Amino acid sequence: MSAAPSADEKHISVYSPVATYTLPVLERAGHEYVGLLELLEPLGRVSSESDGRRLKLRYNAVDAEFAAGKTRAKIRGRDFDFSTPFLIENSRGLVPLNSLSTLLPRFLGTTVNFRESARRLFIGDVGIQISFRLDNGSPPRLALNFSAPVNPTISTEPGKLRMIFKRDPLISPGTQSISFANKVITQASYSENNGSAELDVIANEPLMASYSNNRKTIVVSAVEPGTVANGTPGTATSQSGPQNPAQMSTPQNSGSPTASQNPPQTSPQPPPPAPAAQTFHRPLAVVDPAHGGEERGAALTNTLAEKDVTLGFARLLRHELELRGFSVLLLRDADTTLTLDQRAAAANVARAVIYISLHADSLGRGARVYTSLLPVEGPSNGAFHPWNSAQAPALPVSKIVSAAIVATMRKQEFPVQASPASLRPLNNVFMPAIAMELAPGPNGITDLTSANYQQRTAAAIADAVASVRDRLGVQQ
Amino acid sequence: MIPRHLLIGVAALLLLVVSMGIYLRHMRQQVKKLEPPAASLSPVAPPTSGPTETVTLYVADDAAGTLRPRSAQIPLPGGRQQRAEELLRALLRIYQEPGAAHPLSPDADIRSIYLVDPGAAVIDLNAAFADQHRSGILSEQLTVNSLIETLAVNVPGILRVNILVGGQTRDTLAGHADLTQSFDVLTIEQASNQ
Repeated sequence: MSAAPSADEKHISVYSPVATYTLPVLERAGHEYVGLLELLEPLGRVSSESDGRRLKLRYNAVDAEFAAGKTRAKIRGRDFDFSTPFLIENSRGLVPLNSLSTLLPRFLGTTVNFRESARRLFIGDVGIQISFRLDNGSPPRLALNFSAPVNPTISTEPGKLRMIFKRDPLISPGTQSISFANKVITQASYSENNGSAELDVIANEPLMASYSNNRKTIVVSAVEPGTVANGTPGTATSQSGPQNPAQMSTPQNSGSPTASQNPPQTSPQPPPPAPAAQTFHRPLAVVDPAHGGEERGAALTNTLAEKDVTLGFARLLRHELELRGFSVLLLRDADTTLTLDQRAAAANVARAVIYISLHADSLGRGARVYTSLLPVEGPSNGAFHPWNSAQAPALPVSKIVSAAIVATMRKQEFPVQASPASLRPLNNVFMPAIAMELAPGPNGITDLTSANYQQRTAAAIADAVASVRDRLGVQQ
Repeated sequence: MIPRHLLIGVAALLLLVVSMGIYLRHMRQQVKKLEPPAASLSPVAPPTSGPTETVTLYVADDAAGTLRPRSAQIPLPGGRQQRAEELLRALLRIYQEPGAAHPLSPDADIRSIYLVDPGAAVIDLNAAFADQHRSGILSEQLTVNSLIETLAVNVPGILRVNILVGGQTRDTLAGHADLTQSFDVLTIEQASNQ
């Protein structure tokens, strides 16, 4: 089951002003490929048709035509040459990765910077820059100042604090390694690989990290005696919500890296002081793009399947939830088949605070929120619940979430309706669970693939979920 | 020289043959008009007996996303099971009218309804009902709610309902509405009133 991409799978991360997302990279005949539709869908309105040998694609107002096994395509009426052949698999167009830096500007009309070895694609001017400032006080503090808010996954291992920037378009500080003239914090190194950037801070003592300056600064400092007990032990990852300080503590360093004496770079603004030691866990939300793979869902138009709309919508919702301090598990991040039981099991095992299933329909207007159609039961007497009514104990909170979404959307004059539905796997998950069905907006069916329309809906859902986070059992 | 009476006899016989041919053709055309077309697959209206009754059908409206009660006068047989089947067929006919607010396939039909005491009903839909149903949560749930609420309101004593397709259990109606569980009538009524 591909509930979440594994670290071994190859990925490409795409950073653009409208969306940040990750796509799987496929290997064909020794070359790396990525799905063209999946690549373009989050960026604009896409429609396509294929007879298995030719693929006609329209992105916003740009027409293109591709042929399977050919290296020549036509985009905006002009020839375009690939270095390796274009492929069509199951009516899905695959483009070689090494052509993206020249192919995408033809569609997007903007600059594209593709770091092919790291599989990181920057569309437009989205890069986040970093500068370092070391305070040699006691304990020493290293301030990492970013040009925009960041949200890395922070983990620790002996002698190292590691920050992985998967969804932040962090760009290289200009050098792979920076050494500091300090006995405790000795070095910072930057690397990027498989769609992520990684920043490591090397030290001789346990380190902790805290956010400040609205997540534009991460302060890494040595742990003062007595504060470790309040932090997360071992190598667990711990992060905070957008407005909450976070702190990680590392275990005792077992090694001693060699320190060089190069002066640290400086930033113009000194970082605010590190907040008091306190640990926060980001609540986990499971987002489930319904259907996928062999199961196409509703045929929204002759060429548009429900499974494709739900996937693009889910990626946007993931981003919006992450911005509001949630960790997000996307049950599928590609066109894969998952059974309803697999989806429910993945959500239950993850022990998320909320499960959101995403659907799309060409009927009606706006959006519809569904909760499980089960009789409300009293509290469970034991640890086990019947599979078909596992949702029953959480249903009251699910209805609170549903009501919050309706209230948020109505405030924004977005047509929305709420009702119960006998919809699996809502019945089979034991945490608060809702299903969202995206329907066309004022522009009709084309809204279902509109990044702006989906973004607006996703933001409203994320706002509503964040507004009831205390009801989800999340500690502020 | 052929005798004159012989010529008249032959001419009369020829006239008779032509007349008989014309008459035969006419008769064949008449028979064709009376025979039903062999390819017609329209369902024959069920033989219903019993007095006409006023019933309340809960009719789905896709645009509004709700059920609307509608009174109808239909002949209902005496037996509970036949009564239940006629009710839902009357409901189906509304959905099969041109321009219906919740269109269903013209081939959709109710195969049978089984009333099992105490309080259980099983609605058996034909395959075309599900195979040609529009896919989507709203549309499928409205269909389910409409069938169950119409049945429960007009046939007293039904507390829960199962829906089969072609005599067998089916995961979903058209990809969304879960048909594997029993529907609690009270819950459906509450859901429809929301």
